[in-house]
Amino acid sequence: MSTVQLSGVSHAYGRTQALSDVSLTVEPGEVVAVTGPSGCGKSTLLMLTAGVLRTQSGRIVVAGTDLAGADDAARARFRRRAIGLVLQFGQLVPDLSVRDNVALPLLLEGHRSADARAAADGWLDRVGLDVEPDTLPADLSGGQAQLAAGARALVAGPQLLLADEPTASLDTNSGRALLDLLVKTTVQAGGSVVLVSHDNAVAARADREIRLRRGTIAHQVALS
Amino acid sequence: MSLTELHLALLAGAPRHGYDIKQEHDSWFPDTRPLPYGQVYATLARLQRDGLAEVVETRVDGGPERTVYALTAKGSARLRAWLAEPAAPTGVGAEEIVRKTVSALHTGIDVSGFVARQRAAHLRRIRDLQGTPPGAGPAERLVREHLIAHLDADLRWLELATELLPAPDDQPTVRSDERKPA
Repeated sequence: MSTVQLSGVSHAYGRTQALSDVSLTVEPGEVVAVTGPSGCGKSTLLMLTAGVLRTQSGRIVVAGTDLAGADDAARARFRRRAIGLVLQFGQLVPDLSVRDNVALPLLLEGHRSADARAAADGWLDRVGLDVEPDTLPADLSGGQAQLAAGARALVAGPQLLLADEPTASLDTNSGRALLDLLVKTTVQAGGSVVLVSHDNAVAARADREIRLRRGTIAHQVALS
Repeated sequence: MSLTELHLALLAGAPRHGYDIKQEHDSWFPDTRPLPYGQVYATLARLQRDGLAEVVETRVDGGPERTVYALTAKGSARLRAWLAEPAAPTGVGAEEIVRKTVSALHTGIDVSGFVARQRAAHLRRIRDLQGTPPGAGPAERLVREHLIAHLDADLRWLELATELLPAPDDQPTVRSDERKPA
């Protein structure tokens, strides 16, 4: 069974058509890069696949869940269980410490807080975030917030890791190290990765490139 | 040497004589060295000798006699075969990728297929270069990073080129082995 299956998916913001009749699959263990110029629909595709945006038309099945038929609460549960999400600016919860931000997916799933926090500390160490665990997001640099978001995405062992410009706030070395960790950890556990990026060095890490242009698929090519 | 294929691309739109070919070339590549007439006529003679182009008309429009050349079927096949292969992703001395891209965009021959193949070739090369070979030190890594930066610049330019110059008649015919079903 494919990890991601999109069939005839379209999406509009008011009168602006962001995606038109997009169909694609992502297989278990596969790394896919979604590329294309600004405004081509990359982030919309990612947010629909994450269940953040509600499906308007077409069918989206991710990790066995049909998102078109799921209400907001069901999609939130699905995200906690199956999805690791890394966004460009980290998007951490401002009132929680870095440690609690990373532990949050486990806490929401009912894990003991001591276990969740210990797991969070382990992942903060692996992503190379060298700050006190009690630090608040407001005191982090953009790059540090992105590392914390990487740790949060991996802590629950996602079936699908979705990353939107995951290295944009990091220097070349740190960005590459985070990308390595995100991809290797997820794929070795049998999960799939979808990377949305302008950065060709990020796209080059994928097994396949899906290129969008004006809301449709311009091409798909195997890279590995 | 791709000058042969570039001349085939310049002939692809319509039969032309040497003067037209030079003008067309200089408008395709306005900031490069103008194509010398001698080179145009030498290349046309070679294309004719090799069966890639043929003389279709001799015009006398009140001036000097002008020989009009057209692509043969063999010449057209050679041009398509050239555009079906991405330029070598070397990252340095990148004239070939510029020639191919401009030729693909001007002739409209399988532009989306060309872009897909070229991106795949470059991305694969970047991926290879990102892997550190056993025993490589910081100096080797820096050389590789330099190549990666050039390949990245090629891809950014290719993206700009395809946005600025949409092809006149783009019919995708990516080879089946290059394309996974959606």
